[in-house]
Amino acid sequence: MDEMDEIVHEFLVESYENLDQLDQDLVALESDPSSRSLLSSIFRTVHTIKGTSGFLGFGNLERVSHIGESLLSELRDGKRSMDQPTADVLLALVDTLREILAKIEAGGGDDVDVAPMVERIAAVQAGTAEAAAPAPEPAPAPEPVAEAAAEPEPVAEPEAEPAAEPEPVTTVETVAEPTQSAPEPAVEPTPEPAPTAQPAPSTPGPGGAAPAVPSAPEPVAEAAVETHARNAADGSIRVDVDLLDTLMRQVGELVLVRNQIDRIAGTREDQETKRSAQRLSLIASELQEGVMRTRMQPIEHVWSKMPRVVRDLSRSLGRDVRIEMTGGDTELDRSLLEAVKDPLTHLVRNAVDHGIEDPERRRAAGKSSQGVVTLRAYHSNGQVVVEISDDGAGIDPARVGRTAVDKGLRTAAEVAAMSEPELLDLLFMAGFSTAAKVTNVSGRGVGMDVVRTNIESIGGSVDVESRVGAGTTWRMRIPLTLAIMPALTVTCGGTVYAIPQVSLLELVALGDQQGRIEHVGSAPVFRLRGVLLPLISLAEVLGLEPGDDRVIAVVEADDQRFGVIVDRVLNMEEIVVKAIASRLKQIGMYAGATVLGDGKVALILDLQAIARRVLTADAAGLARAHVRDVAQGAGTTEQMLVVGAGDRRVAIPLAAVTRLERIRADRIEQVGAREVLQYRGALLPLVRLDQLLGAVGGMASDELDVVVYTRGGRSIAMAVTEIVDIVEDDAQRRSDIDDQGLLGSTVLKDRVTELLDVRSAVQAADPGFFDDLDAGGLGELSDPDDATADHGASLAGAR
Amino acid sequence: MTTQLVTFTLADRLCGIPVDQVQEVLPGRARTNVPLAPDDVAGLVNLRGQVVLSVDLRRRLGMPPLEDDQMMVVVFVGDETVSLLVDRIGDVLTVDDEQFEAPPQTLSDQLRAVIRGTYKLSDRLLLALDVDAAAS
Repeated sequence: MDEMDEIVHEFLVESYENLDQLDQDLVALESDPSSRSLLSSIFRTVHTIKGTSGFLGFGNLERVSHIGESLLSELRDGKRSMDQPTADVLLALVDTLREILAKIEAGGGDDVDVAPMVERIAAVQAGTAEAAAPAPEPAPAPEPVAEAAAEPEPVAEPEAEPAAEPEPVTTVETVAEPTQSAPEPAVEPTPEPAPTAQPAPSTPGPGGAAPAVPSAPEPVAEAAVETHARNAADGSIRVDVDLLDTLMRQVGELVLVRNQIDRIAGTREDQETKRSAQRLSLIASELQEGVMRTRMQPIEHVWSKMPRVVRDLSRSLGRDVRIEMTGGDTELDRSLLEAVKDPLTHLVRNAVDHGIEDPERRRAAGKSSQGVVTLRAYHSNGQVVVEISDDGAGIDPARVGRTAVDKGLRTAAEVAAMSEPELLDLLFMAGFSTAAKVTNVSGRGVGMDVVRTNIESIGGSVDVESRVGAGTTWRMRIPLTLAIMPALTVTCGGTVYAIPQVSLLELVALGDQQGRIEHVGSAPVFRLRGVLLPLISLAEVLGLEPGDDRVIAVVEADDQRFGVIVDRVLNMEEIVVKAIASRLKQIGMYAGATVLGDGKVALILDLQAIARRVLTADAAGLARAHVRDVAQGAGTTEQMLVVGAGDRRVAIPLAAVTRLERIRADRIEQVGAREVLQYRGALLPLVRLDQLLGAVGGMASDELDVVVYTRGGRSIAMAVTEIVDIVEDDAQRRSDIDDQGLLGSTVLKDRVTELLDVRSAVQAADPGFFDDLDAGGLGELSDPDDATADHGASLAGAR
Repeated sequence: MTTQLVTFTLADRLCGIPVDQVQEVLPGRARTNVPLAPDDVAGLVNLRGQVVLSVDLRRRLGMPPLEDDQMMVVVFVGDETVSLLVDRIGDVLTVDDEQFEAPPQTLSDQLRAVIRGTYKLSDRLLLALDVDAAAS
């Protein structure tokens, strides 16, 4: 009984694989109907399933695969061409086969109602095969066998061109008519003709109408399949995945012991110990790599299903979509591959459903009516990057912003302050879906937030890039393996923590420069090469006592770059990731744990989660400050950046400051009457605050500080003489003054400071700056007073 | 029906857990603290390369923690292995179902959550601990 189970199990495994292949082959065949090799491969697969199911006593499975096979043989014999109904019914057949296999796997036998499928295929067959009933393939075809039988050798040298000449077959059809009642075994004609053709070329066509040798064909076909399968299987064996998992775990242990011995050997004088330790270290590394490789599978395994997905979906939507795949041989750990499957499918469906436009709209936009979805996989920085791109309509960030506001996920003011990538990132929020209408394809509540959660749960990340009119690219970054990874070990509050290397960008020693930690609101920031880097104190986050030596680990997680302040940096080492109890996972700070070389347990920080928990609170704080900025002093206090402009002191609401930069004066160029600044590959309009405000004392130095202001994807730079401080401003103490570019004055740190009218300063640099924003319905920035002026401007812009 | 219980003491109480849930008993060892974890989580220990959660039973039962070295009773809870910190290990006792009684009404909620009931031994009471509840 057990033996039987094993046979069935193997049959299932093999058949599933074959069916996956079948899906691919059928779709490929549809675009290349003349391919004999594809057709043969398909035929062989179905035939194998039929043969084995008969042997194992799965009657229904045999029945349905049999009828499928006869349809296929019509195709193969050239009696039918691969048209859409045929392709549809064949794909449906694959689904039915899969369904039956699933039933068998669940222990329910093959008790599935196959009658509808059988009828469907029969109907398709009848459709073209004239009224002449299902014409169960013309057994007579091979007849010549009679001749061959006399001379048995030819059978041994088979297959060369199994069906090189279709003629005999067409003729056969007529012959078939009379022998309509010919029974099943007739199905395998082709393997036969070949041998006959060889020895007896003089007997083409319907030589004799002798009743074929009915039993002969079957074994021949079987043998052919067998040799084929063996070819593919040569040089590889099937290994149980559990066994590989166990091996991987043990290698993990070995790596730990290796680390331990390394550490011990490091403290010894004994050369022999050291040499042995080194050798052990080398072997362990190689072994680790080898075992990891056994678990790697090309991403093709998951991709192979995509052509079918795209085909079905585009058909149901009435779109013409082609799928292109490059880098399918990129390998990933099995378990990761499994985890990537659903997000990938979702993104591909999404690309077809929401990305690619209808053919008419594509033509109207001057594109080919056929859309292209491209899957690309490649290695980068020790990670696997998988891109899903479409050449569709792209995503309009402004629309995303409006939707977020409509759904109450963000306020209008928050959205107005967001850059384009930030707006697109809203797509990953729970409860977000821009689909104008809910189709049965997407919009079923499974959103991008689920995709992101899934990918992050395996330590990966996902982001999106889009150009309106040109298309969208979703990019997943996935670690190669989960089990062992390089990590930085750091201490905080006397305990060791591990930071995954993939998130790590650089380390900055604070040393005596503690003073360089500044504060924006309550949030500490650090000026890293002129850019404000939000800081997280690990000790504070974890509620520990910070130590003395302090280092900033600059990391990037969840699309945000920030610094984590730790006490000390210890080492970069390969760590073996151990799962932690679900109770500890819930804390949302730790991704796992590991055992260090000295046997101690260290927690692995989950930077993504930490970023989300800690940073969003600050972002919300900034957003609140911005709302106050918009309300123009209605609030009581707000954060102000105090700068010097010539001899004047000017305060800029911090919420209006995107970045502070120190630039060399020679990067400023003259364009017409305006000055622009080359900045990150773009040109930024520049306004000099001292000139704008008519202050005395210019800026003659080689370097100058600029304040960058960004809204809705546009930026300008305001050059200032110096950056003084960030302070709290009490709105009560303000007084109105009427001066060019100023809103009023206030007392900051006991000095009178003027409040900059950010809007007019921005417009001085770039008069058209707010046009697009206002036209895009994101006009919350505008003052009520100049609403009419804006309206006029936007109309002008629209014209 | 009789049951075999591994017994141990917490302060002056005698507690027991079914012997088939116990993997081993070990002297306490260095633990790694888990900041922000619930109070009763004593930390993580390295058990032959496996990272195991350590639960301080005293805290779990609302008793003052013990500063001295404690013993670890390593138990299976579902698929996870958890080590429970206890004061001292006692004998393995065989108890009869007839000696069992449900926890008294007056028991505090905190205790009631982790105690299945008591076995009335001849000289003292034995608290039967619900391992799954105690470790999660």
